[in-house]
Amino acid sequence: MATVEVPYQETVPLHHPKTWLGKYVFSQDHKVIAIQYGVTAMAVGLVALFLSELMRIQLAFPGAMPWFTADMYYQSITMHGMIMVIYLLTAFLLGAFGNFCIPLMCGARDMAFPFVNMLSYWVYLISVILLLLSYVVPGGPTGAGWTLYPPQTITAGTPGDDWGIAMMLISLAVFIAAFTMGGLNYITTILQARTRGMTLMRMPLTVWGIFIATFLGLIAFPALFVSAVMMLLDKFLGTSFFMPAIVSLGKSLDYSGGQPLLFQHLFWFFGHPEVYIVALPAFGVISDLISVHARKNIFGYRMMVWAIVAIGILSLVVWAHHMYVAGMHPYFGFFFATTTLIIAVPTALKVYNWLLTLWRANIRLTVPMLWALAFVLTFIVGGITGLFLGNVIIDIPLSDTYFVVAHFHMVMGVSPIFAIFGGIYHWYPKLSGRMLNDKIGLLHFYITFIGTYLIYFPMHYLGFIGTPRRYYETGVTEVTGFYPQSAHDLNVFITCVALFVGVSQLLFVYNLIVSLKKGKKAGDNPWGANSLEWRTPDTPPGHGNWGERLPTVHRWAYDFGVSHGDQDHIPQDVPKQKSN
Amino acid sequence: MSETLDKENILTGTARDWSSDMTTFKGVPWGKAMMWIFLLSDTFIFTCFLTGYMVVRSTTTEPWPVPSEVFALSVGGVAVPLLLIAIMTFVLITSSGTMAMAVNAGYRRNKKLVFWLMAATALLGATFVGMQVFEWSKLILEEGIRPWGYTDDSHLLGNAPQFGAIFFMVTGFHGLHVSIGVAYLLIVATKVLRGKYDHTNLEIVEITGLYWHFVDLVWVFIFAFFYLW
Repeated sequence: MATVEVPYQETVPLHHPKTWLGKYVFSQDHKVIAIQYGVTAMAVGLVALFLSELMRIQLAFPGAMPWFTADMYYQSITMHGMIMVIYLLTAFLLGAFGNFCIPLMCGARDMAFPFVNMLSYWVYLISVILLLLSYVVPGGPTGAGWTLYPPQTITAGTPGDDWGIAMMLISLAVFIAAFTMGGLNYITTILQARTRGMTLMRMPLTVWGIFIATFLGLIAFPALFVSAVMMLLDKFLGTSFFMPAIVSLGKSLDYSGGQPLLFQHLFWFFGHPEVYIVALPAFGVISDLISVHARKNIFGYRMMVWAIVAIGILSLVVWAHHMYVAGMHPYFGFFFATTTLIIAVPTALKVYNWLLTLWRANIRLTVPMLWALAFVLTFIVGGITGLFLGNVIIDIPLSDTYFVVAHFHMVMGVSPIFAIFGGIYHWYPKLSGRMLNDKIGLLHFYITFIGTYLIYFPMHYLGFIGTPRRYYETGVTEVTGFYPQSAHDLNVFITCVALFVGVSQLLFVYNLIVSLKKGKKAGDNPWGANSLEWRTPDTPPGHGNWGERLPTVHRWAYDFGVSHGDQDHIPQDVPKQKSN
Repeated sequence: MSETLDKENILTGTARDWSSDMTTFKGVPWGKAMMWIFLLSDTFIFTCFLTGYMVVRSTTTEPWPVPSEVFALSVGGVAVPLLLIAIMTFVLITSSGTMAMAVNAGYRRNKKLVFWLMAATALLGATFVGMQVFEWSKLILEEGIRPWGYTDDSHLLGNAPQFGAIFFMVTGFHGLHVSIGVAYLLIVATKVLRGKYDHTNLEIVEITGLYWHFVDLVWVFIFAFFYLW
């Protein structure tokens, strides 16, 4: 090819909004959309946090809140799980970090389709509103548990079996539409809208994580969409996709011949990749954080990339390990146990590479770095219990106990949250031009980090002694009196810590708001990082991100610990010196 | 000799594109890349639907209605199996042909021809949907098939109730895709004629065509799974 390729974005004029509404509300700027996604996700996440505290109080002090009925407990479980997994984690890691990081890190002016991107946020907002509206419909939100297993989800006796489940399923379908619009943008931008010199293998790992996670989302969410459609038809049109012939409340229902396991397969074909939709962006963010704040190049960049790809592919063939207790052919269980354990290989590879990046590095214990280290530790703990649960024979006795609660909160609840916190502390200076307050940040970190272990470590023990999860009461009442006093005491302890940690998250919110005006001025590159987002002409980056010309990339993002003038790092857009 | 060279070029060319900067798929406009990725996602929606169909059909204990009887059309008192479906399939495949011609006209910048060929495609698509409406009403009114089972006087009573459910859901979802496609075709055809895409290479015609061929391809699978199995 003789012609020199010019980035397409340099040849087309940028869309400039003229009104205040167009600039800050219905904005097509990826940075504004990222903030909108982030704020909405955090707000709805606080709701889910509040619900979890209600459940904790009920578990530790049964009867302390007489108005908190068993039905409300199940509704809280369902909403807490669904909000945290989908409307907070997925939306934040892909919607907020994806939108903010992809164009800036790839050196693009904006997403490929800014209008579709804007639409993605507003449709997401509609799905959140629909979900929260289920609190005001007759019967309240669904209490079927976040997995929404039929037949109980849509039969009488489950809270919200009428309106609540409809709101939930419709909200999910709308969310999937929003995610698809966003996801198409992320992938197209990464594949087709990079700047000069930005090859795929020079992209920061954050972008790689988001890239593969988005692919997974586009492949896995359809299964959830289809199961939502089929369940809505079962509920409102009387079809029997998931519903066998069933006697409910002494009356035989009109259903016959359906296959409840089909739902479980569809749900988990979505549900397991979902774990990695959340985890892969977190992996990416953590890789960048560790490398920047340890002032050392990431160990084994290529391996890290291929590990992300391998995890992404493998995550599509492990889903039935969530269904061991549903009963399955032993060979089937064998297959899924094997693939599950194989995933541990690329995952362990990533963990070793993080540790080897830290090995003899010039570690700076900044707040983002602390979150990153906490992530690695927590992910190891949660990942190792995952090896227990991946085996059929260990999973079956542990499956319905608090061991599982401890496992998935460690590995896909708290770990990605740590990555989100770390990412926010890391990129807030670029986003706002101000540093977050370090003292509040440290306090917030230590409370949350130590609190996590005080909350979830005891739950492993609770699980081993057989405390069942999803029970309204596990205290020392007459019905459940066979739990030892120690289990109850632990529950009280966990609840006290959880309340304290929950309330102290307000420190973080306070920090975010106050630092916006009063934070220390950040400058262009407070952490001494290399990737392109720190090389914008303005901080915060203006509309269009770069000046007249897009930046030119000459190297990977991990040249740390080298001497370059008076600096120890070489940004990506600094040309390589010619070796004679 | 040239053949081996070409193979090598494909391999090295692909490797070069993927390891290059700026764009991975050289010369592919953003809209086209996005449509391909969207179709990947949509493929999984239909895959899940059809997988659901296979599971439901193979696990139900009641007998499945015989397709060649249910979908037969009687002409002059003789029941001809799959007659209507054959015509529907023919119409839809033909529409893919006119669409392909529209794409060709688009790259030759013959905007009038593009408009008429896309309009013809839309017309054939609308015909398909119309015949589907006819098919549905025949199944509902004459055969007594309902999404939740069968009417009490239906001659199919006693068969699996999932037949109507899955059939109406999947063909309905496909029909929805065709209907959206018809609207999409008409919008794009009008905009092309009015010169809204004059500053581009008129690749929008090809992008629309990708969607249309996809819908067509999905129909081939639905046809095989529902009418021939």
